[in-house]
Amino acid sequence: MLSITDLVKVYPSGEQALGGVNLQIDQPQVVAVIGSSGAGKSTLIRCINRLVEPTSGRVTLNETDVTALSRRALRRARRRMGMIFQEYNLVERLTVMENVLSGRLGYVSFWQAYRRKYPPQDISRAFELLKRVGLDGYHNTRADALSGGQRQRVGIARALMQQPDLLLVDEPTASLDPKTARQIMRLLCELAHEQGTPAVVNIHDVNLAQGFADRIVGLAGGVIAFDGAADELTPAVLSDIYGEEDWSKTIQNPVADRSGGKDRGTLERESAAG
Amino acid sequence: MTREEHARKYPEVWKRFTPRETLVRYAWFIGIIFVAAWSLKRLEIPWFYFLDAHEQAADLVTRMVPPYWEFFADITGPLIETIHIATLGTAITVFVALPIAFISARNTTPNAATWLIGRFILVTSRSVNTVVWGLIFVAIFGPGPMAGIWSIAARSIGFVGKLIAESIEEIDRGTTEAIEATGASRLQVLLIGVIPQVLPVIYGTIVYRWDINIRESTVLGFVGAGGIGIMLYSSINQFAWHEVSVMLIAVFGIVLISELVSATVRKRIT
Amino acid sequence: MSAGVWRPPKLIVNPWARYGLLFLVVVYLVCSLTPGLLPMVSLNIDWTRAGQGLPRAADMFARMFPPDFSRWELLYKGVRESVQMALAASVFGMLLSIPLGLIAARNLVPLPVYLVGRALLGISRTFHEVIIAIFFVKIFGFGPLAGVLTLVVASMSFIGKMLAEDIENMPPGQLEAIKATGASFPKMLLYAVQPQMLPRYLGVSIYRLDANIRHSTVVGIVGAGGVGQVLAASFSRYDYDFSLAILLTIVALVFVGEFFSNWVREKLR
Ligand SMILES: Nc1ncnc2c1ncn2[C@@H]1O[C@H](COP(=O)(O)OP(=O)(O)OP(=O)(O)O)[C@@H](O)[C@H]1O
Ligand SMILES: [Mg+2]
Repeated sequence: MLSITDLVKVYPSGEQALGGVNLQIDQPQVVAVIGSSGAGKSTLIRCINRLVEPTSGRVTLNETDVTALSRRALRRARRRMGMIFQEYNLVERLTVMENVLSGRLGYVSFWQAYRRKYPPQDISRAFELLKRVGLDGYHNTRADALSGGQRQRVGIARALMQQPDLLLVDEPTASLDPKTARQIMRLLCELAHEQGTPAVVNIHDVNLAQGFADRIVGLAGGVIAFDGAADELTPAVLSDIYGEEDWSKTIQNPVADRSGGKDRGTLERESAAG
Repeated sequence: MTREEHARKYPEVWKRFTPRETLVRYAWFIGIIFVAAWSLKRLEIPWFYFLDAHEQAADLVTRMVPPYWEFFADITGPLIETIHIATLGTAITVFVALPIAFISARNTTPNAATWLIGRFILVTSRSVNTVVWGLIFVAIFGPGPMAGIWSIAARSIGFVGKLIAESIEEIDRGTTEAIEATGASRLQVLLIGVIPQVLPVIYGTIVYRWDINIRESTVLGFVGAGGIGIMLYSSINQFAWHEVSVMLIAVFGIVLISELVSATVRKRIT
Repeated sequence: MSAGVWRPPKLIVNPWARYGLLFLVVVYLVCSLTPGLLPMVSLNIDWTRAGQGLPRAADMFARMFPPDFSRWELLYKGVRESVQMALAASVFGMLLSIPLGLIAARNLVPLPVYLVGRALLGISRTFHEVIIAIFFVKIFGFGPLAGVLTLVVASMSFIGKMLAEDIENMPPGQLEAIKATGASFPKMLLYAVQPQMLPRYLGVSIYRLDANIRHSTVVGIVGAGGVGQVLAASFSRYDYDFSLAILLTIVALVFVGEFFSNWVREKLR
């Protein structure tokens, strides 16, 4: 599905953010990327859809070499990659529905987009997604009237509206309170599994990563320091990724919370609250 | 789920605007277009002028280049005069605008009558353009920089006075009350309680207005009120375009420099 | 400081700098106001002529009163022309400011385009309306067309500058998010830029309408139509009572324009 080979990014300032990253995702799974600030997590994600132009290396999504695409073809490829941001990045003065439908912008004409005339099945799907993320009835609310958790739900709906082959998620919970953070993370992982979409999720919270992701990649100084299942995380591994520290309290008992990620009942209850 | 089932569960139509809102929006659009079209129609614009406009413009450009650089020596005097007019006009403004600002601010004006007078002066000063003030002062002082200086001052008083009056109305009541409580006279309250609080605004506004005034004083000569405008106007009327281009470049230069100076000074004081 | 005497704090603490500045100001005033003291630098002021200013002003005011509204038809035509010039120019200025504002926003366009945009904005903003007006008069002849075009240029650069600055201050995330959906540049303008800009754009445009009404009274002085042309003519004929009537009308017009603009902007909020 997604294959990243020898990805290098050197910013014009001379800062080497990525120093040869290799990553394969062959099945629909949620991959959490952890690592300290400045390790290159955001850069990695942005190089995949080329919001940041990689210096060298290849990114291939479903047999398409994204790094070789022309601008026009790149726009087409971006339609297949949904992106979710830490700061939600909704267009504040548009309604929830317009924000969600903006996920289809790549598929409608300029005139249709201007008149907000989307195909009926798009609108129907948007309503379904809004219900699924727990925002039933909010479609005509303006985005700047929503709480942080609600905005992130809209952000998720917008990304899924694209019917993506891949979800790129950059710290989805960093601006949220712990409870909302768990709800959002749970929702995200569930939806990814439901839709069979692989997801790359940057996250600072090791606990959340362990609790919800299928696989964890540790990035340190622009290279991969760890790649394995969630329960393979040990204090030694965390020291490799973040540096020396007493990590024993951070690692959670793997069995206790793993089920949470797949429990649907809790979602329906919690999602209405956030 | 087939599409029909899906559509039954989740609506397939969604409209951003209600029909009423759509109607109102289009009414605005049509209204604006109508106003513009009506205005143009009533102005009876001779559209055929546009036919050879590009030739006229191209002709103008070819006549303007190359600029007649030697002419620069002749315009240094008028350029300096232009700067003087702006500077001295702004200097007069400082002395006149301050008292007017104090009587125009609700919290420092002695009584309702003075407030009204202050406001009246501010409004009159602002609604008459500098160039129109130029017409008046040329009639009074005769052509020359004197008229220009007073026109600049006359227009700037309203601008500076209004902004200072607004900032006086926003000052902290506590400070002035504390000084009043010591039994200080009205003038003492002004000097000690009010002026220090609005001083940054006063300086900022004056420097800002000086920079606008440089731009204004470049055209005062069109009505005879001194500065580079006099020569610019006569060169244009004599079709001496290669001189005009030198003057335009010079005007561009001093306006640019004054903008830079004003921006730097304002950054320093705030 | 001696005991018991309080002095207000001085603005410039260093006494040398303080008195030095004062000295410079005095030198400047003497040099600039004494005719012939320094060639080029000193102003050419005819002080005897200026001294007659007060009696002349008194004479002029005496001739201004009472204002003469008997030629109201001429006055009305001028005012109507000014208002129409302002209205038409505002609408066209609003339209043209959009492309100008877009190409002058660094976060939307590549550097060369941006530089062109900024240069256009800079040039049209440094030259006073009256200078622009006189050029249009030379190209299009006397009359309101030159006035309209002048005001179009002024409005376009004014609104365009504000638009460009607002776009540059936009949070980059929204642009990025829409870009990441695979939307093309025009669609990005439509979904990320337009909704965020609209309220301010309308507000500034209304303000500009009011400014155009004020400026339309002055471009006429160089022959570009409107009430300014009538005013300049009355001054050159020493028709001061008619001049006062025109001036009063202009003040009233500006007042109404400002009131209207404030009212609309209040509503938009
Ligand atoms: N636009 C840029 N220009 C220059 N250097 C950059 C730029 N963006 C990021 N960097 C540098 O690249 C490195 C990696 O940054 P990146 O944002 O990918 O880290 P991160 O792992 O996402 O950090 P955080 O957890 O704080 O979000 C950092 O050293 C950063 O300073
Ligand atoms: Mg980051």
